[in-house]
Amino acid sequence: MLELRNVTRQFGGLLALSGVNLTVPDGLIVGLIGPNGAGKTTLINNISGLDHPTSGTIHFQGHAIHRAPPHQVTRLGIARTYQNIRLFGELSALQNLLIGQHLRGQASLLEAILFTPRYRREEQALDQRAHALLERFGLAQVAHVPAGTLPYGDQRRLEMARALAIQPRLVLLDEPTAGMNPSETRELGEQILRFKADGLAVLVIEHDMSLIHQVCDQVYVLNFGQIIAHGTPQTIKADPVVIEAYLGQEETE
Amino acid sequence: MLEWLSSLGITEVVLQLMLISAIMGLSIYFTLYTGMFSLANAAFMAIGAYVGALLSTQLDQPLGVCLIAGALIAGLIAIPIGWPVLRLRDIYLAIATIGFGEIVRIFLINFDNVIAEILRNQTGERVRYELLGGARGIRTIPTYTETWHLILFVLILTFLITRLHRSRFGRAMAAIRQDEKAAANLGINVVYVKNVVFVIGAVIAGAGGVFFAHLIRNITPSMFGFDRAVDILAYAVLGGVTSWIGPIVGGLTLTGIPEILRFSQDYRGVFIGLVLLLIIVYFPGGLINPTAWRAFWQRVRRTHA
Ligand SMILES: Nc1ncnc2c1ncn2[C@@H]1O[C@H](COP(=O)(O)OP(=O)(O)O)[C@@H](O)[C@H]1O
Ligand SMILES: [Mg+2]
Repeated sequence: MLELRNVTRQFGGLLALSGVNLTVPDGLIVGLIGPNGAGKTTLINNISGLDHPTSGTIHFQGHAIHRAPPHQVTRLGIARTYQNIRLFGELSALQNLLIGQHLRGQASLLEAILFTPRYRREEQALDQRAHALLERFGLAQVAHVPAGTLPYGDQRRLEMARALAIQPRLVLLDEPTAGMNPSETRELGEQILRFKADGLAVLVIEHDMSLIHQVCDQVYVLNFGQIIAHGTPQTIKADPVVIEAYLGQEETE
Repeated sequence: MLEWLSSLGITEVVLQLMLISAIMGLSIYFTLYTGMFSLANAAFMAIGAYVGALLSTQLDQPLGVCLIAGALIAGLIAIPIGWPVLRLRDIYLAIATIGFGEIVRIFLINFDNVIAEILRNQTGERVRYELLGGARGIRTIPTYTETWHLILFVLILTFLITRLHRSRFGRAMAAIRQDEKAAANLGINVVYVKNVVFVIGAVIAGAGGVFFAHLIRNITPSMFGFDRAVDILAYAVLGGVTSWIGPIVGGLTLTGIPEILRFSQDYRGVFIGLVLLLIIVYFPGGLINPTAWRAFWQRVRRTHA
């Protein structure tokens, strides 16, 4: 459903991505691993429309999206989270989820001003869905707390809830467990598996190999902007190229 | 009420000017609330003032027609200005919009001369042409504006703003202020929202200009220059833009207090500058802002402990 062909992204003299070919099939969880600075975040930025490839193509369900602005990419059903959390910190958790449902609303500004029945019904529906998401991610108690003041783990979960709020078909997760303890990481793994159960495809950047094993159907390994290996978590773990470039290095860190 | 105000030095005209400042404060509230540092409001006020004044002096139109036309034309001019300019951010946007304000001012000053020149070239005769009045502006504008018009207008605006804040569009505005990229990745068309907000601000500023012209009777281009742009910004900075109450309070007080203290025109600028400085240092979020007050009291308590 998502297909990157020969994607290259150059920052001045630096090749952040170099001829990347990558596919995320329908309903599968694909992992993306690689050392810091390998170009993982750049890859997700290029898919989500915040950045655009210097060359190469990205297709999602038949639509070319490598030149599309972010809001149009989102409209096609791609949601994301960020390595450095980007919530609307002054707004409550609930409001963050209402904004996440921006595309689900139909009512015009005029209808909101006239307070029409359709507008009120719609607001009620958005509100209910937002509360359901808060419930699902264990955030019901903090619905009205400004997102910026939430504990770190709550912020990570809220950002994930916000990505789901747009009702995507593909979710891009950029290091979702960064800064989490092992039990929180496991719990988050359960959430990601639930995305799959709901029929979503997932592309997840992750450093934690236990999470990769817990959730991923396939793994790509990125190093210096190039895909150096691709396979199941088991084959990747045993691949000498990968061990040299990445896994071995992790042990020396 | 009015007697009490006039004992303070606030005559009805001053009260009306205060209310117009509140309207101008609300016009910049829209852009600031969306995270856009635009200083174009004085220019849109000028456009509204001139369009309204032309309609009432040349065509004997009533206030209602002047208002609609002034606000509408200000909004229409905002559309082509917004498209290129709103790509810019922060201080660059501020500078570009100041530039736009200068263009409007120079246009108003030179319009008559340019037309006269064109007519002279066409007919070969010397002609006098007077429509906008150059630097002397438009005079003997009918005084249509009444206090209740302004109060009603502010009430309607605040009602619309409260509704707006509870709408999808209003939430998108807040989202863009806090994180434009995250907003875009949630499906919000950032460019569109910014442009609409810019036009809304222009429409309100245009209406403020129409009221202003029909209050002070004589408008000149220099009334709507950089000073005015900074004054309008000061209303929002004093009151803050965490809620619409901020710019209203800012507009009322910054226009009213110099009158109460009977400052001469020269000292007004100093006063506004000083107030701005103090607010930015001690109340960076503006006066109408609970979190800023909490921080302020904590600071007071700490220095006295
Ligand atoms: N906007 C940018 N401008 C210049 N260089 C960038 C930019 N974004 C990322 N880079 C560079 O691209 C490389 C890959 O970065 P990134 O995608 O963040 O890596 P990762 O997420 O795998 O740690 C790094 O060397 C980084 O410095
Ligand atoms: Mg990264």
